[in-house]
Amino acid sequence: MACRNVNVHNLSKLIRYFSQKTTEQETKVASRMGFLKGKPLYLDAQATTPLDPRVLDAMMPYMTHSYGNPHSRTHMYGWESEEAVETARQHISNLIGANPKEIIFTSGATESNNLAIKGIAHFYGAKKRHIITTQTEHKCVLDSCRALEGEGFEITYLPVCSTGIISLDELESAIRPDTALVSIMAVNNEIGVKQPIKEIGKLCKSKKVFFHTDAAQAVGKITVDVNDQNIDLMSISGHKLYGPKGIGALFVRRKPRVRLEPLQSGGGQERGLRSGTVPTPIVVGFGEACRIAKEEMEYDHAWMIKLSNLLLEKITKTLPEVVRNGDDVHTYPGCLNLSFAFVEGESLLMALKDIALSSGSACTSASLEPSYVLRAIGADEDLAHSSIRFGFGRFTTVDEVEYTAEKCIKHVQRLREMSPLWEMHQEGIDIKSIKWSQH
Amino acid sequence: MAAPVTRAEVLKIYKTMLRESSKFSFYNYRMYAVRRVKDAFREQKAVSDTSEIQQHLLEAHRFLDIIKRQVIVGDLYKFDKLVIEVKNNEKN
Repeated sequence: MACRNVNVHNLSKLIRYFSQKTTEQETKVASRMGFLKGKPLYLDAQATTPLDPRVLDAMMPYMTHSYGNPHSRTHMYGWESEEAVETARQHISNLIGANPKEIIFTSGATESNNLAIKGIAHFYGAKKRHIITTQTEHKCVLDSCRALEGEGFEITYLPVCSTGIISLDELESAIRPDTALVSIMAVNNEIGVKQPIKEIGKLCKSKKVFFHTDAAQAVGKITVDVNDQNIDLMSISGHKLYGPKGIGALFVRRKPRVRLEPLQSGGGQERGLRSGTVPTPIVVGFGEACRIAKEEMEYDHAWMIKLSNLLLEKITKTLPEVVRNGDDVHTYPGCLNLSFAFVEGESLLMALKDIALSSGSACTSASLEPSYVLRAIGADEDLAHSSIRFGFGRFTTVDEVEYTAEKCIKHVQRLREMSPLWEMHQEGIDIKSIKWSQH
Repeated sequence: MAAPVTRAEVLKIYKTMLRESSKFSFYNYRMYAVRRVKDAFREQKAVSDTSEIQQHLLEAHRFLDIIKRQVIVGDLYKFDKLVIEVKNNEKN
């Protein structure tokens, strides 16, 4: 056999040649069969965002030669890492109008939310045993509250109106003398609704209750100012603003001082609130992402408005019976949650497999249950089942949005044509009035 | 006092930035970089203060370096093209 005389170098070339041939053939077969014509487009910016190349560029030195432990006080390696961490802290605090000393690095918004809610509850728990939150919060806030309920705390889950916004009057009447904390998210991750953070902050301040907000979807996208909005604690996530994953921060107000009980014990880093070595490379990336976000906020926001208007216009112009979930005005334009009546959301997602979309939160996207957020805003069961979330980012292009709109229209029309319910609806039969009999 | 920046100098860096941006192998980075460079120069068109122009030019050079480095990083790993690129190629 000729192959026996081939030296190692040529052998690897040969392997590469043949494997390339096979992949080429596979791709050809796949494209003939009508699937796998390239990688899907990414329209799920609420789940995560791609890393900005500028962020990676800032991180690279700290992933290679500048590897010191930022807590090492005795040598150059430690000092340069510490300096980089402090610069990052400065960028983050600049973005939210805080003091750098008020920023605590965590592993992400989930940890920040846990630390804020459980930390406050455990520190002030002797006298104050009541917490207020909303029904549309992120799972990690609701679950932290659930855990506290097990410890004997009382939790009020505020309802929201049909647009997804809470009522300030209801909040005011829910606050009791023993209320320790109000935790309300700034921008909802599923429907993009913005809560009246400034008004809530003012109310909490006047009632002398701590106010925590989960701003993972808000920071870097809309203006957030902890002093102007009277926020006492705020959770931020790195990977939602084009930073790296695995890093987040908790803003903890110093004046007047907010005290927390830490979740973990250790070396006492981050003012003793979050022990463990601060991960320099991703902290640097997070800081750079915040710096860029501050500079680019206006530019990016205008782009989000353009893309979201384009998609909404294209879809509603051609398709009837499309409902936008959430408020039209008090909303972050980068998140568009639409319900297509008479079309099952999961089937549409399957049909749109060349676009990366989600029917709601990534954490619950594995289950077929309709989203609890849509249920909380009072969406009908059938509409809650037919929702799709379109998430745009800085890197989304007009071509991508047009492609998505086109595909979406095509498949919704196809799925509706197959549906007897749609036919009945077209004939003017009110489906909800039908009494379905069971056999 | 620094020497005033000539029109040719600005045009040169603008063209180089556009050329380098179009080398990003990842579709979304490429489209963003080209759009951002164009819009940035358009935004700063009206700037007439010499020291401010000097400042913008320095910034542009810093960005050019980032683009060049990140294009290399992007080329190091192979990944599939997006559906939209495959579709556009078929059209052409």
